Amino acid sequence: MELLLATAIGVFTAAGVFLVLRPRTFSVVMGMSFLTYAINFFLVSVGRLAINQPDILVKGRDLTQYADPVPPALVLTSIVISFGMTAIMVVMGVRGFFENNSDHVNIDATEESIARSRE
Amino acid sequence: MNIALIVLLPLLGSVLPALMIRSGRNSCVASAAVPSFLAFSLLLTHVPAVFYFGTTPKVSWPWLASIGLHVEFWVDGLGLLFATLILGIGLLILIYARSYLAAEDPMGNFYCYLLIFQAAMVGIVLSDNVILLMMFWELTSLSSFLLIGFWSHLPAGRQGARMALTVTGGGGLALLAGVLLLGQVADTYRISEIITRRELIQSSEWYPTILMLILVGCFTKSAQFPFHFWLPRAMAAPTPVSAYLHSATMVKAGLFLLARLWPVLQNDHLWFYSVASIGLLTMLIGAIIALFQDDLKGLLAYSTISHLGLITMLLGFATPVAVSAAVFHIINHATFKAALFMNAGIVDHEAGTRDLKRLGGLMWLMPVTALIAMVAAFSMAGLPPLNGYLSKEMMLEEASHTKWMDSKQVIPTLVTIAAVFSVAYSFRYVFGVFAGRVRHDYPHHPHDPPPGLWWPPTLLIVFVIAIGLRPDIVAESLVKSVTAAVIQDQAPDIHLKLWHGWTPAVTMSGIAVGGGVVLCLMYLLLRKVWDILPRPDAKFLFDALVAALTRGCQLINDFVHNGSQQRYIFMTIATTIALAGWAFASYPWALGERPQNPITAPLIVGWILVIGSTMLVVINYRNRLYALIALGVVGLFSSIGFVYVSGIDLALTQVSVEVVTIILMLLTLYFLPKHSQPESLNWVRLRDACLGIAAGIGMGGMSWLMMTRNWSMESIQGYFLANAKSGGGGTNVVNVILVDFRGFDTFGEITVLGCAGLAIFAMLEGLFRGKLLSKLQCWKPDVVKTADRHPILMVVVTRVLLPMAILVGMFIFFRGHNLPGGGFIAALIVSVSLIMQYMASGFGWAANQIRFKYHGLIGGGVLVAAATGIGAMVGDRPFLTSWHDHWHPPKFMGIDFGDIEAASAMAFDLGVFLTVIGAVMLALAQFSKLGTLTADSRVNQTPMDCDPSRSFSSQHHSPKH
Repeated sequence: MELLLATAIGVFTAAGVFLVLRPRTFSVVMGMSFLTYAINFFLVSVGRLAINQPDILVKGRDLTQYADPVPPALVLTSIVISFGMTAIMVVMGVRGFFENNSDHVNIDATEESIARSRE
Repeated sequence: MNIALIVLLPLLGSVLPALMIRSGRNSCVASAAVPSFLAFSLLLTHVPAVFYFGTTPKVSWPWLASIGLHVEFWVDGLGLLFATLILGIGLLILIYARSYLAAEDPMGNFYCYLLIFQAAMVGIVLSDNVILLMMFWELTSLSSFLLIGFWSHLPAGRQGARMALTVTGGGGLALLAGVLLLGQVADTYRISEIITRRELIQSSEWYPTILMLILVGCFTKSAQFPFHFWLPRAMAAPTPVSAYLHSATMVKAGLFLLARLWPVLQNDHLWFYSVASIGLLTMLIGAIIALFQDDLKGLLAYSTISHLGLITMLLGFATPVAVSAAVFHIINHATFKAALFMNAGIVDHEAGTRDLKRLGGLMWLMPVTALIAMVAAFSMAGLPPLNGYLSKEMMLEEASHTKWMDSKQVIPTLVTIAAVFSVAYSFRYVFGVFAGRVRHDYPHHPHDPPPGLWWPPTLLIVFVIAIGLRPDIVAESLVKSVTAAVIQDQAPDIHLKLWHGWTPAVTMSGIAVGGGVVLCLMYLLLRKVWDILPRPDAKFLFDALVAALTRGCQLINDFVHNGSQQRYIFMTIATTIALAGWAFASYPWALGERPQNPITAPLIVGWILVIGSTMLVVINYRNRLYALIALGVVGLFSSIGFVYVSGIDLALTQVSVEVVTIILMLLTLYFLPKHSQPESLNWVRLRDACLGIAAGIGMGGMSWLMMTRNWSMESIQGYFLANAKSGGGGTNVVNVILVDFRGFDTFGEITVLGCAGLAIFAMLEGLFRGKLLSKLQCWKPDVVKTADRHPILMVVVTRVLLPMAILVGMFIFFRGHNLPGGGFIAALIVSVSLIMQYMASGFGWAANQIRFKYHGLIGGGVLVAAATGIGAMVGDRPFLTSWHDHWHPPKFMGIDFGDIEAASAMAFDLGVFLTVIGAVMLALAQFSKLGTLTADSRVNQTPMDCDPSRSFSSQHHSPKH
């Protein structure tokens, strides 16, 4: 189980890094989503994996029989903030697209200059 | 309390002149003088306690106790002397500047800066904490920057200010490192304790480092060689500033600190050879250059450098008598040099120039000014019976029997040469300006100035003469008390008097005066030699150094920061990987011993789906819709993964956020191109892929290594699990952490989310006007639109779902404290059901149904959360302390309601709920408004394009019309 989660974190990170380095805003946003998944799972893994031990207190159960509640609390905050950040990024992408006639990540890149540089 | 006020009065008072300038220049000056005068009076009330009863008043408040920073002030002899000079001369400068500044100068700013500077200086000399002292030290650098560059239209002023800030600021950094080390070694940051720990500090291996760092700080501030070059450039400041900062106060801050730390830092080898030698060298160089200055203020500036060197040298001698001479000369130099600077200002103000070559003969036109100049300059030259003579005699006496590297001759000879030049430049000042015939080519018509300009220097002259004539009455006990405070010991038994008998000092003085007269007579010849001699130009060297540094930074900047976002991201990630890899390399890569959870078949299936979808996204990222769908799969399986590892709240949040995010990205994709062209070169893609793989190996490897180990220290989870029910009143520990234990974090989080919503609103609002609006109105969607935009089935279903979704939201909200759920998830569920209305019936209709603004929800939510927190403060508990109780209502009509639990955390969660709905809806509604402004859009006002009930009823009623 740990190995599967670790490889998933690795693949998310690799995909995220590759995508945020692409030149168009939409790919960057998708890349950030992957990085978010990677980080969130990484944070969960810091608490070590606990199967079927949700943090809902039940009378009589030993306190060691619960998952670590701190990482989920951190990840909840992380999910919320990354949602806000994603929203800001996509809006910047749209605004930039209308201002610039291009969805390239660099503000000074226009479709003409990109086409010229490609030749 | 009183002591802190001495510092705080000018600091708080500094706003007064900036405000009062509106009611005229005189009230501006008055408003500046009042806090200054009050502080001065307060200071003087401590004179008896300090000088006659030997007590040192102290105050102390903790500030950042963890780093040893406290607001601590004390008044001892040394601090009192300096504070008196700073506030006393400060008052004279305030009055002098009123007459000096021209009508077009912004006087309010000037007095504001001056008071800030004054407060900072007083802060330095009264601080009892080295870190606090450093803060005031930096404040003097900053405020003097503003003052030197006060005439910001003059290039010389700007350059001089920059140079002064660079040099003194750089020295300040060294000093900061020095005092921090000093505090670490001495195990206290309290100055009054540090100066009693000489053995501890001098036996430390850090002593040489500490000494050198502190000396760099002091020497840059006090313009000691080789950092002296900024002081003459700072003369571009208005003359009151030069008189105040560059004679009496700021340049003496370095000397103050040398004197302050004298008891612990001084010894007869390292201290002596660094401090005394630098002082001697500075004294000599300053005196020689001063003679060849044509600008009056330049002459005075180099003379100041020379005198500062003299005092530094005396402190470097490390004997109590030399310290008393240094203390005495600090007093004397402050009086005569401030008077001389004011005098130079008067000449400049009245004659229109301060160039010695264009002046002369002013004695007949400005007799009062000439008299002031004569007394002050003769004191500077060291002629009896003036105060400069007395301290100079003491200095010569000390120098005459101090050995340097076993040589008895070096110091007396060099000191005498410096004294010769000192006499020469003093004479040149007096005779060059005031003697000779009256000229006819002065830029103005010189005459004696208004009283505001001449009586402040005259008051100082009175002190020059009084100390000179009766030092035993005026100054002796003061010098002794201050000396005792500096050396932290019994003061030496000195007697200040004009005639001590025929001592070596008298001979040296005689040589100095004779030599000085000879130099003056030979001046024209000397000047020719001087002009031929090659001299390094400090400004040129400084500018070259700064330019080289700037070029270096520019090169780095151009490489990493060339304006391309891809470059920034690549650099950041590559650097992170490199640093992390470097750190990682030093640790064993072996797996830990923690037992692993088993790998089951469903897990493998999920894993394959997630990895496969990720691969699909990466391979097909240019086909955006396709990639987005695959991304959604990854998100949904992530939620399932969270469930599996017992994060039920996480899973609920992830699912609902995922839905909203995908809707948002679909909306974006409506406007953006649906495909991207391949444009990265193959090697660039390969490079990025390699970077990604490296990052992935790092992250994955790290988490795997970590998950196979047990915690290296005890986890804090036990505390939360044990206290969630008793302290937070809930059994859902994650929720209790969010709304109770770490409620303040959540409060910050919803504020950020609210800000994000508002920022999105504002960013899109910019599209709704001007050029962007016309662009938007010309834009046509590049996809085929369905003919039935608002299908009847969807409209009906979403209407039916809305109340149910709200009910589910309420259910999730109320169970949140004890079972998975909570305000955030509830808000997202409600938001999604609202968004569905927009999707079904379009923005035009849905926006009309909303009776309130989403902005208000954001603000209201944050306020509700804040009010919950403040409620705890009303009950005298810290912000956001929770309250909970349960209540068993009596049976009503035979129904048992059970225990009803209530916790203040629920009100807080309500704030979260409202803010999240507001932010999400504000962002999405604003986004969908975008679509209504494009070229071909028809904005519907009805819930459906084709409403069967309406068409039926209109047919039914049509015959009536």
